[in-house]
Amino acid sequence: MNRTWVTPGGVHPPENKHQSVTQQIGSLPIPDKLVIPLSQHIGAAAAACVEVGQHVLKGQLIAEAAGVVSIPMHAPTSGTISAIEHRPIAHASGMLAPCIEITSDGADSWIEHQGISDYEHTSPEKLLEIVANAGITGMGGAGFPSAVKLNPGRQRPIDTLIINATECEPYITADDSAIRERAGEIVDGIKILSAILGHPHNILIGIEDNKPEAIAALQPHVESTGISIVVFPTKYPSGGEKQLIYILTGKELPAGKLPADLGMVCINIGTTYAIKRAVIDGEPLISRVTTVTGEAVGTQRNYDVLIGTPVSHLLAHNQFDQERCSRVIMGGPMMGFSLPSAEVPVVKTTNCILAPSYAEIPEDEPAQPCIRCGMCAEACPVSLLPQQLFWYAQAQDHDRLEAHNLFDCIECGACSYVCPSNIPLVQYYRSAKGEIRQAHDEKIRSDHARERFEFHKARIEQAEQEKEAKRAARREAAQQAKSATATNGSSGGSSAADIIAAAQARAAAKQASPEDQRAKLERTIAATEQRLQLAEEKLAEAVASNSDKQSVFSAAVENTRQKLEQSKSKLAELAE
Amino acid sequence: MAFKQVTSPHAHSAQNTAKVMQLVLLATVPGLIALTWQFGWGSFINIALASVTAVSCEAAIMRMRGRSVSFYLRDYSAVVTAVLLGLALPPLAPWWIVVVGTVFSIVVAKQLYGGLGYNPFNPAMIGYVVLLISFPIQMTTWITPLALLPLGTVHPGLIESLQIVFSGYTPADGVTGATPLDTFKHSSGLLADQIYAREPLFNQAMLAGAGWEWVNLGFLLGGLILLSQRIFTWHGPVGMLAALTLMSLIFWDGGSSSSPGSPLMHLFSGATMMGAFFILTDPVSSAVSNRGRLVFGALIGVLVYVIRAWGNYPDAVAFAVLLANFAAPFIDNYTLPRTYGHVDRRRATEKEDQS
Repeated sequence: MNRTWVTPGGVHPPENKHQSVTQQIGSLPIPDKLVIPLSQHIGAAAAACVEVGQHVLKGQLIAEAAGVVSIPMHAPTSGTISAIEHRPIAHASGMLAPCIEITSDGADSWIEHQGISDYEHTSPEKLLEIVANAGITGMGGAGFPSAVKLNPGRQRPIDTLIINATECEPYITADDSAIRERAGEIVDGIKILSAILGHPHNILIGIEDNKPEAIAALQPHVESTGISIVVFPTKYPSGGEKQLIYILTGKELPAGKLPADLGMVCINIGTTYAIKRAVIDGEPLISRVTTVTGEAVGTQRNYDVLIGTPVSHLLAHNQFDQERCSRVIMGGPMMGFSLPSAEVPVVKTTNCILAPSYAEIPEDEPAQPCIRCGMCAEACPVSLLPQQLFWYAQAQDHDRLEAHNLFDCIECGACSYVCPSNIPLVQYYRSAKGEIRQAHDEKIRSDHARERFEFHKARIEQAEQEKEAKRAARREAAQQAKSATATNGSSGGSSAADIIAAAQARAAAKQASPEDQRAKLERTIAATEQRLQLAEEKLAEAVASNSDKQSVFSAAVENTRQKLEQSKSKLAELAE
Repeated sequence: MAFKQVTSPHAHSAQNTAKVMQLVLLATVPGLIALTWQFGWGSFINIALASVTAVSCEAAIMRMRGRSVSFYLRDYSAVVTAVLLGLALPPLAPWWIVVVGTVFSIVVAKQLYGGLGYNPFNPAMIGYVVLLISFPIQMTTWITPLALLPLGTVHPGLIESLQIVFSGYTPADGVTGATPLDTFKHSSGLLADQIYAREPLFNQAMLAGAGWEWVNLGFLLGGLILLSQRIFTWHGPVGMLAALTLMSLIFWDGGSSSSPGSPLMHLFSGATMMGAFFILTDPVSSAVSNRGRLVFGALIGVLVYVIRAWGNYPDAVAFAVLLANFAAPFIDNYTLPRTYGHVDRRRATEKEDQS
């Protein structure tokens, strides 16, 4: 038995998981139209590489990854590209985003694809490439590109691989049912992960004790594989990455660090299945298990849903009753967000569509004043003081909010869940975080502007001073010339000699003294050296990122270096 | 299909402020029963009078502030303040004592500061202290406990009690007397054992003082109920009771003639248990973090002892709580919990100090 640790706080909302696991994972008819958003993940949106009217096969690449932190998209079924335009997507703001629409041809014919069964003898680089090309993101919630997560590169080696099978949100059973039915393939996926990461010392599957069937299904497959199943008591939010790491290892992820900094990688169990399909079967990520549940749908069960399936399609095939439905939630009742309309598509991170009745999730009651009872602080899994954060968020006191570690809030909603005054606490924190980020950006911008202005002022002042110095030097020279003629010659009619002497003096003053010249040259050299250093840095960057600007930068470096040489040789001449 | 947009979390526990307040009211019942059993109907009448006054004041102010009267009355917070003040006042106090105290609690201490959630001081204790300072005689006249009543006499019945409260007629001398804390304080020159042997208030009691120990046991029971229902955490009450015990142990002095009294007497006399479980646990005016509440409670425990032992007033819970209310924001500044992923706890004013 592996030891487990207990996180502070947490809540026990009604689980409501039994409704959706009475049947096996089902499948739905292919919808007429599928809408694939180009951004379903953290990072840059994918770039469409198909044209309207083009025919595509199932699994064909339709959008390429744009940069390192990005993923490609593939056609979930065969059909014709019928639109590439902005559409409503599953986002709390109800915003529009670029999407590709495919009109299905009903044939569902696959593009030619081939997997590799011998992953043990394939290089990790090759495996990573397969994962990246299959468009796999974390399927638990945040949607971070898996290939990036699995390639921590510069950090120290990974000694612990954590597979997150917690699924702590109420109602959701997508992972639970997937494990029950696909345990073998999931364990294959874990073995591939292990091969990619160079066989980490510890491989832990973290799972809550409310999924005994899933645990029993996994057990035979992990025997003598070195993979341990770690079961711990059910409590929300144990499935948060930070919480799970603490529960399984007793280590806290330091603020601002990534699990890789502790030698850990944390992967959702649904993602391991997608990785197995990608590597062994050669299939990109084009479908996922999604729970359709809540009392406002007739059948509550899990489906293998094509990415891009409109939510309305799911609801329509499940006897959805809008009259009874209080809201439609993508995700669970704690962290899911309500959908603006049913036309938004299922994406790679959609683990649940929850359509609760008014009896299940009633309308929100009006908020009462906060009495600082502290129930929220008792529920907080990261030991914040939500009541104080609420107070300072109302006052927009950013200093206090930051001192109270607002940015460590994981927005799990446990505080709002227990609040006897019905205060939408998490909403206050989200808004306060936004305000602080904005204020921070503005401060950086205004600091920049101020620095620029001050530098400009200083430069003008300096120029003025230099001019003034020159004028003073000229005046002095003239004065000296005058007094020299006054002492040398007769005071009377030597005006012509006077004028000549004065003119000579002026000329001498104009011709800067050697000291001045040297100072000027030294300034030039310092400035050029700085420029050279900058240019070299840029060149190094360009080389590192293999940019096509390499030649431009290297020419610039050469140029600057020559100028520097010239100035240096001049200085040497002057010294002689 | 367009749907209603609501932010997460969507689920909500069944707990609400009104239920919390109702539970607090329910938990005062053992204390009220003990008070009524030992001291007659007085506390019962106090509570009824205070509740009517509090609800009327709250409704009037809400009307003046243009807020929904029914919405704010439904949180029961005014009734809680009234009941706590009613329990703290001496039984059979004249009606105007109760009314003046309650009006001050609700109007000045609570509503003028912004209403529920915004009062820096415990409203019931503000009302109590205003009365104690203004009307010391009425406020220190306590009914004789049941065990000490002269043979063959009983406490006045409900009707008679109402007459006493509303007519201003003062009960006969035999019916009122000093409290244990009073008695002990004014028996200087005697050893603790001598006081215990001489005074029926002590020699008729099991723990601390006849009648009073039952009242304290009643509030302790109510407090434990609230603790088991997780209405508050143990930190405040334990902080206070531990500090009070420690102080009375340190200065017990073997029960010499200058001893301020034994730990048992301090724990089970006066308003100790009511203070520990019903007064300092008022979340609005106390410190916020668990560690903060431990310090807050301990501060009250120390202050209670200091005032009881060396101050002019026999009991001190009200003053101690108000002084600690002053200190709460200061305590909060230094008692933030350590957040996940941070090496150390921070200070609330950290950022201001830097800039």
